[in-house]
Amino acid sequence: MRVGVLALQGAFREQREVCEALGATVTEVRVPEHLDACEALIIPGGESTTMARLLRTSGLHDPLVARLHDGLPVLGTCAGLILCATTILDGLPGQESFGVLDVTVRRNGYGRQQESFECVLDLEGAPGFPGVFIRAPVVEAVGPGVAVLAEHGGTPVLVRDGVRFGATFHPELAGDPRLHEQFLHAARAA
Amino acid sequence: MASDARTTGTARVKRGLAEMLRGGVIMDVVTPDEARIAQDAGAVAVMALERVPSDIRRDGGVARMSDPAMIEGIKAVATIPVMAKCRIGHFAEAQVLEALGVDYIDESEVLTPADEAYHVDKWAFTTPFVCGATNLGEALRRIAEGACMIRSKGEAGTGNIVEAVRHLRSIFGAIEGLASATPKDLKAAAREMRVPKALVREVAERGELPVPLFCAGGIATPADASLAMQLGAQAVFVGSGIFKSEAPEVMAKAIVEATTHYQDPSIVAKVSTGLPAAMRGDEIKTLEVKLAERGW
Repeated sequence: MRVGVLALQGAFREQREVCEALGATVTEVRVPEHLDACEALIIPGGESTTMARLLRTSGLHDPLVARLHDGLPVLGTCAGLILCATTILDGLPGQESFGVLDVTVRRNGYGRQQESFECVLDLEGAPGFPGVFIRAPVVEAVGPGVAVLAEHGGTPVLVRDGVRFGATFHPELAGDPRLHEQFLHAARAA
Repeated sequence: MASDARTTGTARVKRGLAEMLRGGVIMDVVTPDEARIAQDAGAVAVMALERVPSDIRRDGGVARMSDPAMIEGIKAVATIPVMAKCRIGHFAEAQVLEALGVDYIDESEVLTPADEAYHVDKWAFTTPFVCGATNLGEALRRIAEGACMIRSKGEAGTGNIVEAVRHLRSIFGAIEGLASATPKDLKAAAREMRVPKALVREVAERGELPVPLFCAGGIATPADASLAMQLGAQAVFVGSGIFKSEAPEVMAKAIVEATTHYQDPSIVAKVSTGLPAAMRGDEIKTLEVKLAERGW
């Protein structure tokens, strides 16, 4: 399976390494042509405001949104989830998102870096998963049709709507491929 | 077993924030307005300081940590990470920056060093640190002290990339040298660099530092950023190069794009076309003070 990893900015290398270890062929996506062959997409952590700007300047924004609305499986982690969300709180004025996951997220919802933390998560099918939260967003509301697959401290940290997955933490830094495995499995079945 | 317990300040979350900045541009800003411009242009983080390095160089005197009020002012407008500098070895300034809640502390040679024997013990902090290095030994000593990100020192405030290139080449060259080293060589290298053997072995096995390596010092154009990235830096710091250029907003956007698309010369060419003048810049030989010589 050919997986695209949005590589405008952020932790795209770690996403690439996890996918390759699971046998996927990875394309780093920086311009629209890179999207063509992708059968699934991962949007990594990084700065959502930076990526939103580079999505426009690179011409990727519109073709990417079109592919997502067409049903391209997507896993957004941290900033990647913010980009997929329908509503962003505490963003920059006019900050854009794709609106393909019906959730409301608050940027830096836990606070600044000193509040970044590790914990243990019980994901569906992946108990005891290392949770790495870095200036993470908080999911404040979830629309109908979106399933909450894991919570921490009473807040959703992993959500799914069909082939669209969003995590507020960083599975690519966890040293544990189980969530990526689940995503690739769902993408292959799509 | 899952529980609501959280552990802050782990090596993974401290180094992890550095991973999140990859492929990005960290910009020096001296006012909330500049922070806004930087953020709108696509900066991944801002470095809050009172004077950019070229002004520190011009003014002379002792350069210290910035006024907390100015750091607070920048924190109030920035939704992206905010970094601030403390003097080399000045752990009390670092404590103040941690109390202010900055996201990253730069123990920086751009400020006047406070201790000639010791750098800050960075393991003692929840806030991650970035430190400058001119060679592999320096980089590894800082990592052994707890630094979570290394940057080239370059020669800050000159608009001249030559020193940063020298530092990057020196670090990468030395890492390559370790790849073919025997266990005996690694032991000797550790002794020579005054760092733990296990750290040298880790670098030899990975073929890279255990923390991200960014470029700083002298970046003044989009092509400079592309050069740094092609040499292997994972992100760039731009100090004086943006707000000492003729049109900071335009320069900031151009350097952000060139850093992302560093492998695509046609995009670097496009963003370089018709740019207002970059900062003037200095020949290294004419400098009275070489900042890169501070620290060891």
